Parts: sequence; structure tokens; C-alpha cells
Amino acid sequence: MIEIKNLYKTFRDNKVLNGTDLKIEKGITCVIIGRSGCGKSVLLKHIMGILHPDSGRVTVEGKEVSGLDDKELNELRMKMGMVFQGGALFDSLSVGENVGFGLIEHTSMGKREILERVEEALSLVGLSGIESLTPAQLSGGMRKRVALARALCIKPEIILYDEPTTGVDPITADSINDLIKELHDKLKVTSIAVTHDMKSAYKIADKIAMLYQGRIIAEGTADEIQNSDNPVVHQFINGLARGPITETINGFTL
Amino acid sequence: MNNKNTLVDFFTRLGINTNTFFAFLGGLSRLSTQTLYFAFTPPFKKERVFEQAKKAGFDSLPIVSMVALFIGFIFALQTAYFMQRMGSEIYIASLVALSLVRELGPVITALVVAGRVGAAITAELGSMQVTEQIDALETLATNPIKYLVVPRFLALTLMLPLLTLYADAVGIFGSWAICTQKLGISSSLYINVTREAVKYKDVFTGLIKTVFFGMIISLVSCYEGFNVEGGAEGVGRATTRSVVLSFIMIIAADCFFTALFYFIFP
Ligand SMILES: Nc1ncnc2c1ncn2[C@@H]1O[C@H](COP(=O)(O)OP(=O)(O)OP(=O)(O)O)[C@@H](O)[C@H]1O
Ligand SMILES: [Mg+2]
Repeated sequence: MIEIKNLYKTFRDNKVLNGTDLKIEKGITCVIIGRSGCGKSVLLKHIMGILHPDSGRVTVEGKEVSGLDDKELNELRMKMGMVFQGGALFDSLSVGENVGFGLIEHTSMGKREILERVEEALSLVGLSGIESLTPAQLSGGMRKRVALARALCIKPEIILYDEPTTGVDPITADSINDLIKELHDKLKVTSIAVTHDMKSAYKIADKIAMLYQGRIIAEGTADEIQNSDNPVVHQFINGLARGPITETINGFTL
Repeated sequence: MNNKNTLVDFFTRLGINTNTFFAFLGGLSRLSTQTLYFAFTPPFKKERVFEQAKKAGFDSLPIVSMVALFIGFIFALQTAYFMQRMGSEIYIASLVALSLVRELGPVITALVVAGRVGAAITAELGSMQVTEQIDALETLATNPIKYLVVPRFLALTLMLPLLTLYADAVGIFGSWAICTQKLGISSSLYINVTREAVKYKDVFTGLIKTVFFGMIISLVSCYEGFNVEGGAEGVGRATTRSVVLSFIMIIAADCFFTALFYFIFP
């Protein structure tokens, strides 16, 4: 279980997280939605322990992430995978070395075994046989999928996806959704996915949470969110140009 | 009124610069301690150090050779100008050898490496930073300092003394070539005078400095790379800063060591 409690984070004078609360039960897929720039990526980085909160805390399986020492944190991270928004592939390494990075660095597994795991992870994302290419030789969508394969390769119990389907074609996007669903159904992986794509959100989510002005203003099942009477949520999920979100930006408050 | 404003402005900026300078020193010393800590904690990955040593050392050989050779030529000719007036050409050999081994070899090599290798390190780590690769390393349970800084630190502190030794030799060779081919000094005489002039102490004090120059270059360039903000433009800015700061710190450290050695090894 992942628990985010009263999280605050400010960059210089930019208040990004402003008392965020969210609970994600073990084995569910939670989708986080919200406008561009509202702090979704920042929230994911707090769960991974890459960013440290100004106050509040994140606990993963009962352990407070920012209170762990290096060794405990790395142990925890070996059970978690993260797909970065831009892929964040290591461009000095080949695709194969990227995908196998966690295993090469942190396990005593043999070369052959690692190769098998890499192959398996790449075939899960539909990219078999590209191990020897470098990230610079890939298209944007391929890079995204290699990043996904890298996160999957260590067989994590928790996966954080930062916009896994943005920038890939609709067919591949749907197969990524299927993959996330399959990981959820078969392997009971806990997933947190950030997405702007409402169609895929409805498809994969056990729970949808909306981040707005640094807080979770609504959470619930896909149905509950779709029928929410919160005007902010209504405007967002229906993609309306006019509504409370755009009004606050123009200087009005809710 | 306008004058006063410019003055206030100047001091405000000076104040801000002093602040960032102390922030820089603080950050750099934190990075140094962490680097030293991780350099001595297992697991050790030798291949990564070798890879960096090749990039920093072996690949620098052509440019270091060229610069050192020219310095040898220039220095021989410049000293010849004065020594010929005094009628004591043979001292060219000792003067060139001593200046090269004690001062020019170490500093010139360090500056060349700072420009060539330091800049490349900042640019590489900087673009890793802006594309979130450094964050990605952390999520894969890998400490970026251990993985990225330690191999570069070890490689540079190891390779810079070796490169310097090589530059010393090439520089002396350049001067020997000028003296024997153009100034009519006999080769055996030149070699003998050089041998007599250069003591182990001279070579040693020259090399000790370069160990620290190597640390400065690697730590400054890694620090600047890690702290890039603002995309490709930020990477460019950081690279410039990294080279400028390395130059300044190398010269300052050189001044310090020269004074120190002058007083402890008279
Ligand atoms: N390392 C950082 N330093 C300073 N500001 C940051 C940093 N990371 C994020 N921010 C700021 O935090 C805010 C939220 O950024 P974040 O990347 O979380 O947005 P997001 O919700 O993921 O948006 P998008 O949907 O476009 O990816 C932005 O205003 C951004 O400028
Ligand atoms: Mg984002």
C-alpha cells in the first residue's frame, strides 16, 4: 500500500504540492489526472524518493520513503519501477543494456539469464530484437516503450507510469493499456499511472484521482468520476475550454 | 543619482555572486566527501574507471603532445634570446627542464585536460540531468555519484600525473630538438645538463600538484553537470562555467602549492 499524507512541495516560490493526500491499496491501478503542470510528475518522484517533501510524508508498505537510509531505499527501489515521461533512457548504453540495467547492476544473475529477461521484457512491449540499437536510433514512441520494458525487467511489485501512452500510436497505446491491465490481473502489480488520455484511464483504472492546485480534489472509480458533480472534474474529463479551471487561471477563484 | 544606482547595483550583484560562490563551494565540498566515501566503499567497478581513463588519458595524448612540443620549441627559443646575449646558451637546457617539470608541464596539461575532458564531462552529465537520466539512475537503485562521479574522479586523478609526465618529456624533447638542430648545442651536453639540473624533488612536486588538479577538474565538472537548470541552454552555460571555474581553481591551487613547496622543500 502507498500512502501519501499531507504532502507539501514548493520550488522557489512555485507551490506545486499543497497538502496532497492519497491512498493507493495494494494491487490496484490508480490513475492520476490533472492539468499539464499541476505536479503529477512531481508527485510520482516523491513516491520514488527522488524528490523530498517540504513537509508531509509518503509511505510505501509502511516505510516512510524520505526516512530510509541509502541501503533500505535501494532495496525498496528494486521492488519499484518507474517509466519517465520522456523515457530517460541512458544514451551511452544500448537498448539491451538499458533494459537490463537493474539486473546487471544489482543481481548476481548470469549473462544468459539477463539476456533472456531483457528479451522477454522487450517482447512484452512489442519490440523484440532491438537490443543492440542505441536510444538515439529509436523513435519517440519506441523510446517510451523501451523505458517501459526497463521498468518491467526487474519484475517490480509497484510500477509508476508517467504518461505511458502519450506519443505512441493509438494501436500501440491500446496494447500498452492491455499490458498494464494484464500486469494488474495476473501479477497483482500495484500501478500508478499519470495520463491525459481519459479513454485509457477508464480502461485501466480501479481508481481515478484528480490533482488540482496541489491537492487531490476528487477520487473514485471510473464511473464515480464520470458522474462527479464537481464542476472542476466535469470540465477536465470532458475537456471543456470554459469552466471553473480556466476561470481561476484568469484570476477568479472557485 | 544614476551613478549611485549603478554602485548599489554593482554591490547587490557582488553580494549575490558572493552568495552563489559560497553555495558553490559548499556544494563542491559535499560532492567531494561523498565521492571519497563512495570511492572507498564496495562494490568496485574497475571497467568503468578504465573506460574513463581511456577517454581522459589516452584520447588526450595527441593534443597534449602537440601543445607540449610547441611549448618546448617556444621556450627554448625564448630563453635562447636572452642566454645568447649572456653567452651562456647551455643553461637553456636546465632552465627549460626545470620550468617544464616544476611548473609548465603540470599547469598546461591540467588546462588542456580541463578544456577537453572537463567540458565534455559537464556537457554529458548536464544533458543526462535535463533528460532525467540522473533521476532514472536513482530509480534503478543506483547512486549517481557512485556510478558517474567516482569513475571520472579516479580516472582523472590517476591520468593527469601520467599525462603530465609525458608532457614534460615531450616538452624537453622539443627544446632539445631546437637546441641541437638550430642552436648548435651538442646532444650529449644538452642531456647531461638536463640530467644534472632536474632532481627527483622537482618531478615529484610537479606531479603532486597534478593529483589535485585532477580532483579539481573532475569534481567541478561533475558538480556543474549535476546542477544544470534550463535545458540545452543551461548545459551550454554550465559547460562554460565548468571550464572557467576549473581554470581559476587550478591556477589558485598552483599558487598555493608553489608557495607551500617553496617553504617546506627549500
Ligand atoms: N526540479 C524542479 N525544479 C523546479 N521546478 C520544478 C521541478 N520539477 C517540476 N517543477 C515545477 O513543478 C510544476 C509541476 O511540474 P510537473 O512536471 O509535475 O507537471 P505535470 O503535472 O507532470 O505536467 P505534465 O502533464 O505537463 O507532465 C511545474 O510548474 C514545474 O515548473
Ligand atoms: Mg509530467
